[in-house]
This record gives sequence, structure tokens and C-alpha cells, in this order.
Amino acid sequence: MKIKRELVKAMIEHSEELNPVESCGYLAGKDNELLKFYPMTNIDNSPEHFSFDPKEQFKVMKEARNDGLRLMSVYHSHPESPARLSEEDLRLLNDPSMVYIIVSLLEKKPDVKGYKVSKQGDDITVERVDLETV
Amino acid sequence: MTVKINGTEETIDDGLSISGLLKKKDVDMPDMVSVELNGEILDRELFDSTVVKQGDDIEFLYFMGGGQK
Repeated sequence: MKIKRELVKAMIEHSEELNPVESCGYLAGKDNELLKFYPMTNIDNSPEHFSFDPKEQFKVMKEARNDGLRLMSVYHSHPESPARLSEEDLRLLNDPSMVYIIVSLLEKKPDVKGYKVSKQGDDITVERVDLETV
Repeated sequence: MTVKINGTEETIDDGLSISGLLKKKDVDMPDMVSVELNGEILDRELFDSTVVKQGDDIEFLYFMGGGQK
């Protein structure tokens, strides 16, 4: 999946700005390319957990649609753990259409990785998604 | 009848509940979905009993949450 370089920068800046609280957001795009970043409120305001505000989710979904885009990715930060999906992520991330991006601030240089998650009953399949910056 | 689902007009069967509609849209985990009906978020407990009506504007999306631990 292609992603504009400035969106990666924006996600890292957002993560660092809210650190140690977990940050989160949507990315919208079209034709397998992410074109716009929508920072979202972490209503848990926690260093270990995030939740979107459903009202804000609907607002941003409509905004993206009005921009001619669709929501294709959800990002959140891991302030103190690697850029991999945690057990909690796997439990709560249920939209098979989304690419889930993690920004890890564990090391000095932030690490950004993308994943897709599909579930069939108790079976969970995680697939790495290459993020090609353009 | 015709309704709008996530911004797109669609024709659906009469008498369908919100739960039935989510099933038709291949939502496997309705407990993890938020629904907005005509601009108002619908309580999840009402998904089974709320019947979709002609002209309804329905938006749905997955709850998003997680955590590093």
C-alpha cells in the first residue's frame, strides 16, 4: 500500500506530541494509496489503551467521503512496545477492510508497520502490509 | 425499498432489522459495530428490534480500540 511521506511524518509527530498517551487516527485514500490523515481523539486518554469516539468516527467517515476518499487505515501508537499488534489489538480490531498501522516509539527512531487482520471464529490471521512511501 | 447505507443508495428487503441488515452486509461481529440511524447513534440493544424504513439513512462502522499491552 502506498502512503504519502508527509502522512508518515504526521503520524509520528502526532504520536510524539501525545506521548506517553497512546495516539490514534484514521487514514483515507483511494486506489490503494493513503492520501489524508485524520487525527482522532483517544477517549481513554491512556498510555496503554486507545478507543475512538464513535461520534467522531462517523463525522470523519462522512468528511472523507465528501473528500472523495474512503477510510482505509487506522493508526495508533505504542509508546513503549514494538510495532506489532498486541493481544488487545487483536481482540479489538475487527474491521477486515482496514490496514492497521502501528507507530512504535520504543526506540529512538520511531518504527512504523502495517498489518491486516482477518478473523474466522477463533482463528486470527495477521498479514504484514508493506507501506511504500511516495 | 430504498435506503442509504454509508452514503450509497441501496435497495433492501422490507421488514429487515438493523441486525438483519448488518448480517446482509457481511458484518460478523455486530457487537463491535456502531450504527447511526438518520443522524443519531443507535443503542446496540435496539439493533434487533429496530426495523429499517423506506428512506432511512444508515451509517455503520467498527468500534476501534486497542492497546500496546
